[in-house]
Amino acid sequence: MLGKLDWSAIPFDEPIPLVAALVIVIAGLGVLAWVTVKGFWPYLWREWITSVDHKRIGIMYIILSLLMLIRGFVDAIMMRTQQAMATGGAAGYLPPDHYDQIFSAHGTIMIFFGAMPFVIGLMNFVLPLQLGVRDVAFPTLNSVSFWLTASGALLVNLSLVIGEFARTGWLPFAPLSEIEYSPGVGVDYYLWAIQISGVGTVLSGVNLVTTILKMRAPGMSYLRMPMFCWTALGANMLIVAAFPILTATLAMLTLDRYLGFHFFTNTGGGNPMMFVNLIWAWGHPEVYILILPAFGIFSEVFSTFSSKPLFGYRSMVAATLFIVVVSFTVWLHHFYTMGAGADVNAAFGIATSVIAVGTGVKIYNWLFTMYGGRVRFDTPMLWAIGFVLTFTVGGMTGVLLAIPPADFMLHNSLFLVAHFHNVIIGGVLFGAFAGLTYWFPKAFGFRLHEGWGKTAFWLTLAGFVLVFVPLYILGLQGMTRRLQRVTVEAWVPWLDVAVFGVFVMALGVAAQITQLVVSIRRRHELRDETGDPWDGRSLEWATPSPPPHFNFAVQPHVEGEEAYWDIKQRAIEEQRLGDEPHYEPIEMPRNSPTGVVSAFFATLIGFALIWHIWWLAIVGFIGAYATFVVFAWRDETEYEVSVEEVAEADRARRAARQAWLEAHGQTA
Amino acid sequence: MTLRILVLCLPVLLLSGCGGGFFDSSVPSILDPVGPIGTGNRTILLNSLAVMLVIVIPTMIATVAFAWWFRASNPKAEYKPGFTYSGRIELIVWSIPTLTILFLGGLIWYGSHQLDPRRPVEPVADTLEVQVVALDWKWLFIYPGAQVATVNDLKIPVGQPVRFRVTSASVMTTFFIPRLGSMIYGMNRMENELHLRADHAGNYFGTAAHYSGDGFSGMNFNVEAMPPDAFGRWLTGLHSGGDVLNAQAYAELSRQSHDVKPFHYSQVQNGLFDAIVRQVLPPAPGPDEGRQGDPGVHPESPASEVRLLDGDICTASNPTGTKG
Amino acid sequence: MSATTASGFPGHDPYRLGGSHGHGGHGHGHSATGHGEGGQASKLVTVAYGFWIFLLSDIIIFATFFAGYAVLSHETAGGPTGSELFDLNRVGIQTFLLLTSSFTCGLGSLATYRRDMAWTQIWLFATGLLGAAFLFLEVQEFVQMVEEGAGPSRSAFLSAFYAVVGCHGLHVSAGLLWLGTMMAQLFFKGFRPDIERRLLCFNLFWHALDIVWIAVFTIVYLLGANQ
Repeated sequence: MLGKLDWSAIPFDEPIPLVAALVIVIAGLGVLAWVTVKGFWPYLWREWITSVDHKRIGIMYIILSLLMLIRGFVDAIMMRTQQAMATGGAAGYLPPDHYDQIFSAHGTIMIFFGAMPFVIGLMNFVLPLQLGVRDVAFPTLNSVSFWLTASGALLVNLSLVIGEFARTGWLPFAPLSEIEYSPGVGVDYYLWAIQISGVGTVLSGVNLVTTILKMRAPGMSYLRMPMFCWTALGANMLIVAAFPILTATLAMLTLDRYLGFHFFTNTGGGNPMMFVNLIWAWGHPEVYILILPAFGIFSEVFSTFSSKPLFGYRSMVAATLFIVVVSFTVWLHHFYTMGAGADVNAAFGIATSVIAVGTGVKIYNWLFTMYGGRVRFDTPMLWAIGFVLTFTVGGMTGVLLAIPPADFMLHNSLFLVAHFHNVIIGGVLFGAFAGLTYWFPKAFGFRLHEGWGKTAFWLTLAGFVLVFVPLYILGLQGMTRRLQRVTVEAWVPWLDVAVFGVFVMALGVAAQITQLVVSIRRRHELRDETGDPWDGRSLEWATPSPPPHFNFAVQPHVEGEEAYWDIKQRAIEEQRLGDEPHYEPIEMPRNSPTGVVSAFFATLIGFALIWHIWWLAIVGFIGAYATFVVFAWRDETEYEVSVEEVAEADRARRAARQAWLEAHGQTA
Repeated sequence: MTLRILVLCLPVLLLSGCGGGFFDSSVPSILDPVGPIGTGNRTILLNSLAVMLVIVIPTMIATVAFAWWFRASNPKAEYKPGFTYSGRIELIVWSIPTLTILFLGGLIWYGSHQLDPRRPVEPVADTLEVQVVALDWKWLFIYPGAQVATVNDLKIPVGQPVRFRVTSASVMTTFFIPRLGSMIYGMNRMENELHLRADHAGNYFGTAAHYSGDGFSGMNFNVEAMPPDAFGRWLTGLHSGGDVLNAQAYAELSRQSHDVKPFHYSQVQNGLFDAIVRQVLPPAPGPDEGRQGDPGVHPESPASEVRLLDGDICTASNPTGTKG
Repeated sequence: MSATTASGFPGHDPYRLGGSHGHGGHGHGHSATGHGEGGQASKLVTVAYGFWIFLLSDIIIFATFFAGYAVLSHETAGGPTGSELFDLNRVGIQTFLLLTSSFTCGLGSLATYRRDMAWTQIWLFATGLLGAAFLFLEVQEFVQMVEEGAGPSRSAFLSAFYAVVGCHGLHVSAGLLWLGTMMAQLFFKGFRPDIERRLLCFNLFWHALDIVWIAVFTIVYLLGANQ
């Protein structure tokens, strides 16, 4: 009846996961109880859970990501403390089977459920606003994508209480991940969680590519799109092209594990090296899926806070597309040490360093964006400058690792760990935080507290340096990654420094949370009245903060590279706004529970397949099918926003702009 | 600012060794090599680091300088909002990284060939062969010339090149002696080759450098480089006092165990390494416990394929050694 | 709003090639370059375009399985090879059935274009019937092979074979489920714009499966039979 599931799946004998799970369950139930008591359910259901508004979905993506970042960071603290404690013959507090789950979960959660939802959430929120349109191409599909991602995150966290998580690292290398060497349910949790969220990611990529290529405001030709749209286009094209490789590869591993296939097994003619090739054929583009949107955010931030257009826009576009293409030709650098010949290694080494040209061009263009500007050091700009400083180091160590003879000694070392944290924290995460601070007022109508934001930046930066400089050094001292205990005494001092650093980073996290709490409490004094708090240049700043659900009362007509900047300058020049437009009713898509219901069934299917509860899987499939039929059968897909509502919202916006213009005219 | 100071200090730390302990012999530092491969790798690492620092450090300084000079509160800085394109700067912006990469590309091509793990090390005629089998979770070293083997204990002669033939009995992992130089993967059903040489006598840290399961952290071994005559005496000494490593003993050895104390086999069956590579001897079995799967789901469990080895492996009826 | 002159706005069109403060440049006038001046595409175009992108991602899944097949096609582990297993007659009939179903599917879309309910339903039904017959032959082949001891766990070659062909078969099955649902929907709801868009997507999907089958037929069966 319940397949492999029985009481032994609950880790009663392991206090750490049990207590952690209890705390999470109790906290979760507390939140649910609070929502119930307060009677928020109808509001949440109506306005958020079933929402197909790209802004709401983007915000939900980011909330999911922030929760998962905290979960992954707790794993990181446990790993650092374990390595610092398990020295000189001591065993530490995490036995190998538990420690191995923690580093696997840390990587999986941080990449798939921390970084990915963060950048997808930001793209979701920002793209339609920057493109001057009212929603993404497929709004309901967008909701499905989000909820499938949430479903995957739920499964990964469920493994904490029921069963175990994978002990195979964030990429389940065969043959270790095959049933012979990992007979438990851990790898199955990984496989189904990633497959379900992966479907969501591909659909999201399809959606956003279509949005960018087919849904731009009149006049917005390709070379008038803001840089963020370009990098988002690059990232989403990579999603569409690379994620299917992951899906197919994990499907092969699933067939091996469930039906005795021989894709990656040691026996029967299987080829484990094929797994390594395929997984990195996805894995390397994935890195650029994460970093390209961050590059876009930095481009927006450098330009806005230097009060200048982006320097070398066309160069930046070329560099972005260059990176997109070349990112598919470098995957072998992840395994130079597998014995490919010298020619192959050299070719991939050169391809890998060539990709650094694109990144180098971007760095210099950001530099020259500041040159001749009026640089304002608001929090997003601090993250951006911090990014350039850390990322150049990370890029440099990346090129070092791309040189085969150097990699022969640094492969899989803590030097590698330091490198990719250097680019992912210093690049993706700094970018995401910059974007969060930058667009937060657009989303909620008030700015984040500057003081706490800057505190968070400096603590995170200092903690980051204190953690990862020791890791670079340890890598040069021959220390391999993923060690549950440390046998070389000379490494211990640097491990202690890294633990200190991780606690400084924890203070940074605390500062971020404080920033959020303080900002919400003081939202009235931080209110963004005009919708343009940073003196922005692209169309999202033409809307009020927060924007109405239809974004634009009248679709903007784009006449230059910096659509909103031109409109704003003209208004300042002429000391008046444009004439009031002619308002028309707007058709907007209806909300739909399709996303959350289908994700509910996807979770059932995933859970059932992990535990071999076949009947439940069938129930799940039928339920998911029925959900889509019900969606397809509905007769009304859109509703009309009346002219009065449109006009009222837009007149309020115009009044705020008019007030700003008059105040600006007096000071200017 | 803290960051910049630290970053600027990093190469100084690396080169001087102050505070880093890189040249303390107890540290398996890759910057303190004892053989030609490690030295070659280090040279390429440091050269490319130096080349890139020439670009990276000015870039970082310029970032801070530009940001600070053009701060909004600086009245002396000229505001040039129209400065958004300059062909000359674009040219420089593309050519600096391109030239750097061109230079590094040459280095990569040269280094990949010069330090290819398969490339024999001088003096080639003196090369000693050692067969390495990664097991869960210990290392088996077979000395085919003397037909003896050790577990988690590698001794090599100083000044004499060693050709390691590396495979794995179960999952992937890498064979790595940081102070000697390059690492290489061991994979089941495959054989990799790595040539190294130790130029100084001493004890060095050897390890598995790719995660391979729960016992991975204890999968280390000591490497002792000793004078050739002492090495010869040690090798002869191995012929006494140990068990015989044949198919049965190997089947026992390939079961999972961790933190195995070094021991040796006084005799090794002929062709054992090839039998492992060609899967005449089946892959190691993996964990015994926790196999909760439905047996009907997985019809071909490897346990049913175990076949013990008698005599030589390559027979006329089975020339390739693959299973029928 | 009219096209403005650049003079009043220092930031206007700053990316014009040929100098940041020069006027005129190299012939890049004030008009927008590239596509998209016209604004948002129609819903039909957007949906079809999006579905194309999705199909491309689906084809990459197939490409990955094909890559796996290419790597493993000689890893028979002592088991049967393709030339011993494949019955090209059956595969020929399958190919004929699937290609014909594409043709009837196309006739169905012509009928849809004429708003002809009866013929649309008839051609869609014929498409489904041909697809089901194709699937029946495929299942028959699989059952026969498994009975001969050539199941997917026999060798890596067979694993890759079942995965490639089975993945295509799963797509056809999903297509049949979709087709049945669409026929019911069309019957109850008539030629609504959203249903027409979905029919267009189904057509794209079904033709894409045909293209994939050509690759399966050539790479797996024809080349495999001559191993």
